Amino acid sequence: MQSFTKHKGLVAPLDRVNVDTDQMVPKQFLKALTRAGFGRTLFYDWRYLPGEKPNPDFVLNYPRYQGASILVARANFGCGSSREHAPWALGDYGFRALLAPSYADIFYNNCFKNGILPVTLSDAEIDEIFRRVETDVGYALNVDLETQTVSDECGLRLSFTVDPFRRECLLNGWDDIGLTLRHEGQIAAYERERAPKAVLYGEVDASVLAVPKGN
Amino acid sequence: MARPKTLYEKIWEAHVVREQPGEPSLIYIDRHLIHEGTSPQAFAGLKAAGRKVRRPDLTFAVMDHSVPTKDRNLPMTDSIAAAQFEALDHNCHETGVTLFNMFSHNQGIVHVIGPELGITQPGQTIVCGDSHTSTHGAFGTLAFGIGTSEVEHVLATQTLSQFKSPTMAVRVDGRPPAGVTAKDVVLAIIGHIGIGGGTGHVIEYAGSAIRALSMEGRMTVCNMTIEGGARAGMVAPDDTTFAYLEGRPFVPRGKDYQAAVDGWKTLATDQGAQYDREVVLNGPEIAPQVTWGTNPGMVTDVTGRVPDPHSFSDPVDQKAAEAALRYMGLEPGTPIENIAVDRVFIGSCTNSRLEDLRLAARVVEGKHVSKSLKQALVVPGSMVVKSQAEQEGLDKIFRAAGFEWRDAGCSMCIGMNADVLPSGERSASTSNRNFEGRQGKGGRTHLVSPMMAAAAAIEGHFVDIRKWSGVQ
Repeated sequence: MQSFTKHKGLVAPLDRVNVDTDQMVPKQFLKALTRAGFGRTLFYDWRYLPGEKPNPDFVLNYPRYQGASILVARANFGCGSSREHAPWALGDYGFRALLAPSYADIFYNNCFKNGILPVTLSDAEIDEIFRRVETDVGYALNVDLETQTVSDECGLRLSFTVDPFRRECLLNGWDDIGLTLRHEGQIAAYERERAPKAVLYGEVDASVLAVPKGN
Repeated sequence: MARPKTLYEKIWEAHVVREQPGEPSLIYIDRHLIHEGTSPQAFAGLKAAGRKVRRPDLTFAVMDHSVPTKDRNLPMTDSIAAAQFEALDHNCHETGVTLFNMFSHNQGIVHVIGPELGITQPGQTIVCGDSHTSTHGAFGTLAFGIGTSEVEHVLATQTLSQFKSPTMAVRVDGRPPAGVTAKDVVLAIIGHIGIGGGTGHVIEYAGSAIRALSMEGRMTVCNMTIEGGARAGMVAPDDTTFAYLEGRPFVPRGKDYQAAVDGWKTLATDQGAQYDREVVLNGPEIAPQVTWGTNPGMVTDVTGRVPDPHSFSDPVDQKAAEAALRYMGLEPGTPIENIAVDRVFIGSCTNSRLEDLRLAARVVEGKHVSKSLKQALVVPGSMVVKSQAEQEGLDKIFRAAGFEWRDAGCSMCIGMNADVLPSGERSASTSNRNFEGRQGKGGRTHLVSPMMAAAAAIEGHFVDIRKWSGVQ
């Protein structure tokens, strides 16, 4: 997994509450078989006019936000569908860190699996960052996971917290399947001794399991 | 005496494989459901790392998101979807995972077939790479949606790293009026707590209105838990649950079934157990619900009006309401009953079960869809539901009323197949999300119950189903 220690970058604002993952990656792109190349699809319906022409009214298309790698957003960011295509698209587009007052649970988890740091700040702090981004062209922030701070060149310094275990994993870029497999012995013991018997099914009629062939 | 525990705590404790202070717990997963949409990258990751599927016997796959709902025996015209199906077929074949493919008579939406086959049982942990996995909580299971990396984690280890969640009790007391269904109850709950209101929590639904629901109704309520931000919603199992499960293919038989029921009976939350939050709604006060905006929390009574964005106190909410009304093409103050619809969709993991189809059929029987309607679609949740409905003659009622009768799949809830809501058109839909573009780019979705959708199809606009003849 990609690690995250600290990152300095241009900030782009997305001033909308409850941005859902359907907006981040619309359904027509969910048929892909790989994780790669989703940057083009990010915010597709907002970002493009017909013919995939950039929509000049969409904030990420403003010249001043080209090359942004930090996104400041509103509450409940990433709600809705569990599609991990959303952080794949954010990451592939170039975003390394997100700043918002709150995130939806599944999306929040998915970010950590993809080396993207979702920073939670208070409403007032997010308001302040929105103000600074909008007034100051080229506004950049330092996001530091080691010190758990967000800071700019003009005296802003904010603290945030991330669960210590997630922080450690992200700092080191640990593969969490590898971490879990270190406890394989305990998993096997659970299966042997504790897996509740009632949930194990008995004999199932073969016709239920038949795999018919079509066309 | 032991400390009283909630249903959630009991299931959690029974599934802890490993606990370490300061770390998430390792939780055993009893059932892993997969589909063609969010699994190919997980299988690819597994393969690249040289890992195996640990428990193919606890993993079940189905094709649902992209499947066509008609002409399945013709060659697939969508080559990208065909590649998804091939990948799932190949991955299941290679790893020994049971697959219900497009031609299986048990095929259907993953959250419909799990319970229908009895794969879903009380006390289990169930995950799936789909946010509506919360549906299975209706059986008193801990069930929640996960991302593809977590799908890969479960395939490899049959466990997940999880932090224990705070709990929220949502109690609905008193019988809602005739014509007000589980869908209206859950939309009213989401309207009450807001779409982020349950974030971080596991919800347990309780109260006499929830107890009185059938398993189908409980599934509808738990299904939309995620639309209120909570990943999992549950209902304690009771005689309604056991009666639903008995005799289903994957449910134990005879003495084993009795033993299973004895175990399931111990799951209910103990008297005196504490929840972190509690919300109470009054059942008799709930009216048929219709969403007016672009998320399920933007909802009101059918007798209400499209709100004025200025009526919201928070400027962020005002802006959201303005954007929603612009997208939806609605004027503030418009009575909900004056909103005309172009298409009606009855289906999705929220409302495509036999009970849903029966209720909708009762509304349309002997009538015909409005001339102003461009399409009225019924997509059963599974091929089993489809055949049961046909045995009862529901297909004939729908067809005679001008509805199309299709094969099972996610269909126009997500529009990954050919069933898409065209840009600028308005739907009455029994599905779960009214996000921008959800049913099709530029499509305008209003979420309603199956009866409300059926009545909107007949009249061409929303109507108060409580006044429909025969409903009282």
